Order: sequence, then C-alpha cells, then structure tokens
Amino acid sequence: MSITNTQGWKVFAEGLWKNNPIFIMVLGICSSLAVTTFVKNAFVMYLGVAFATVFTSTIVAAIRKRIPATYRMLVFMMITSTLVIVFDRLLKLTLPAVSKEMGPYVGLIITNCIVMGRSEAFAMSNTPWLSALDGLGTSTGYGLVLLAIAVLREVLGMGTLLGFPVMPEAYARCGLLISAPGAFLCLTVLLFLANAIRDSMSGGKK
Amino acid sequence: MSADLFSIFIIAIFIENFVLNQILGICPFVGVSNRVDSAVGMGLAVTFVMVLAGVVTWSIQNLFLAPFHLEYLQTLSFILVIASLVQFVEMVIRKTVPSLYQALGVYLPLITTNCAVLGVALLNVRKGYGLVESAVNSLGGGLGFFFALLLMAGIRERLEVAEVPVAMRGAPITFITAGLLAIAFYGFAGLA
Repeated sequence: MSITNTQGWKVFAEGLWKNNPIFIMVLGICSSLAVTTFVKNAFVMYLGVAFATVFTSTIVAAIRKRIPATYRMLVFMMITSTLVIVFDRLLKLTLPAVSKEMGPYVGLIITNCIVMGRSEAFAMSNTPWLSALDGLGTSTGYGLVLLAIAVLREVLGMGTLLGFPVMPEAYARCGLLISAPGAFLCLTVLLFLANAIRDSMSGGKK
Repeated sequence: MSADLFSIFIIAIFIENFVLNQILGICPFVGVSNRVDSAVGMGLAVTFVMVLAGVVTWSIQNLFLAPFHLEYLQTLSFILVIASLVQFVEMVIRKTVPSLYQALGVYLPLITTNCAVLGVALLNVRKGYGLVESAVNSLGGGLGFFFALLLMAGIRERLEVAEVPVAMRGAPITFITAGLLAIAFYGFAGLA
C-alpha cells in the first residue's frame, strides 16, 4: 500500500487543495496578509500557524471527551494562546530580529480562525493522530498560499527574494504591491486562478 | 494634549485603518459585509467591544502584568478579557435587539477572534499609550472598522446586480473591491 492511500495522507492532503482554508473557506487571512511583504516573514508566520494548529488540534482531540460543549471555545482559546506564547518566546530567543519585524502579528495567531476552525470542525470528533495530520495539512495549504503571495509581493515589489536581489537593475519596483492594497490584489489574483482551475476541473466532469 | 488625542483618533480611523491599512479583522469584514444593516450592527458591536477591551486590557497591563513582570501572559489574559466582553455584549444584544442578534448570527461570538480587537489592545501597549490615549485609539480603530465595513457593504449591495465573471464571483471580487478601497484610503495618508 502506498502512502497516498492511507487515511492519514488523505486527511493531510485534503487541506492542501480540496479544503484549502484560504481558497475555499477564506479563513485565517486576517492576521497573516500583513506579514506577506517578505517571504521570510511569511514562512515564519506559516511555522507559527502550523505549530499552533497541529498542537491545538492534537490536544483538543486528546481531551475531546472531557471538554464541556458550552465552554469549548474558551478551552480552545486557552490551549491556543498558551501555544502561541510558547512560539512567541521561542521566536524572540532564536530570531529576535524577525520577532521584532513581525510586531504584534505573532500574538495575533491566537485569533487566526484556522486554528479554532480545525478544533471545532475536525479535532472534536477525531483521534489525536488524525487531528494532528489534519492540522498539518490545513496549515500547510494555508502556508503555501501565504508563500505564493509573499513571493509575488517581494519579487515584484522589492525586486528581491529572501533578501537577495533577483530582478535586473533596471526593474522598476512596484511599490503598490508592498503596501496594504497590494496584499488584497495579490490575494485576488490567486483566488481567481484557484477558482478558474477548479471550475475547469469540475467543468470537465459535467 | 487634546490635539494629540485628536490626531490619534484621526490616524486610527483613516490613516492606519485596521482593515484597509493594517489588514486586520478581514474575516468579519468579508463575512458580514453583504448587507448594509448587518454591517451597521456588526460595526457598532465591534466598536463597543473594542473600546471596552482597550480600557480593560490597558488596566490589566499596567496594574497587574507590568508590576508583577508577567508580560508573557499578555496575549492569554487579553484574549480571555475579550472573550468575556463579547459574551457580555452578546447577552445584551440578545435581550435588547433580538432581530439584530439573528442577523449577526455566528459573527457575534466571532468578534472574539476578530484580530482587530486583540490587535488594538496589543498595539496600545506597544505604542505605550496611557489610559485616555488607549481609549481614544480603540474608539478610532473601531469606528475605522465600522466605516470600512459600511463602505464595503454599500459597494457589495451594488455588486449583487452587476454581472461578474464566474471565476471572480464571491471572494475574488470582494478582495478586488477591498484592494481598491485600500488604495483610496491611501489618499488619507496626506493628513498626517
């Protein structure tokens, strides 16, 4: 049996495309679009979100039978914010410069709807192992979109990639892409492409 | 002093608009902006929660966390405060304006996860604002969110009757609109 046939892989792969949090559910973009001006920051954001989602989902799934339904949001939030604090401290310790650049946005991972969304939609009714995979798949699907936006914005807006110049000297930098409107416009382009691809794929079946 | 407060207020609404400039609070911005009346309700609820949260989190930060060197508990305690405030506002709205409660639906509890609310609390601390400045900044931020949401809802009501290419329907057209609004808001930067 190849790895792509296991249930775990399916759960993982679901989040990458079929249930991609950004393309399908338009979730979790709030706290993250702002850090997509640089690929490096976007990657750190992805790490943070993945860390928070995977462990929140795992913990929630492990204690799901003990979480009272009425207070589950509060419980999710306590778990997530503890994890985010851990990530924030780790980041400050290892990459203080990046931590400073990200400003309040790392703390804002708590309010990233993906984390809570996965706890509510998946982890509350599945085993810890599957929930961890689900969290990893969803956050990776999210991270890929984030990185795509960051690459667009950094290359076209600053002429660099990961801080190294990649565009010819004469390239006129598109400052708009670095500013806030650029984030919206890049996201639009990606959403449009994803929709178009999805339509043509399902159009073939009809 | 009052001039400072006024400029904090104006900057929070127009120049550093949470939605269009800081890209915070996008979830409710996209989710609730399809009708003007629910946008008004959501805008008011968020503004209210934001001001309360700004004042309460400032007090927690300066009266409790800072003196005891517990700053690392900042996000945890802030989010708990915000969650309780949202619960409180939800109860009040359900009792007083049931129709608004129906219209806001799931988005009301989701104010808790509105990053703009936590964002304003964190930014107040980061910028070292005092109590009054925090309150004014939160009020400006809330009104800015309200303003952006209202504009967006107005545009989207028009968009409903417009012919949009299939692949652009839904989220993409919304974000294009948001992008154009954000560009328009850049004009306010000259006010600073």
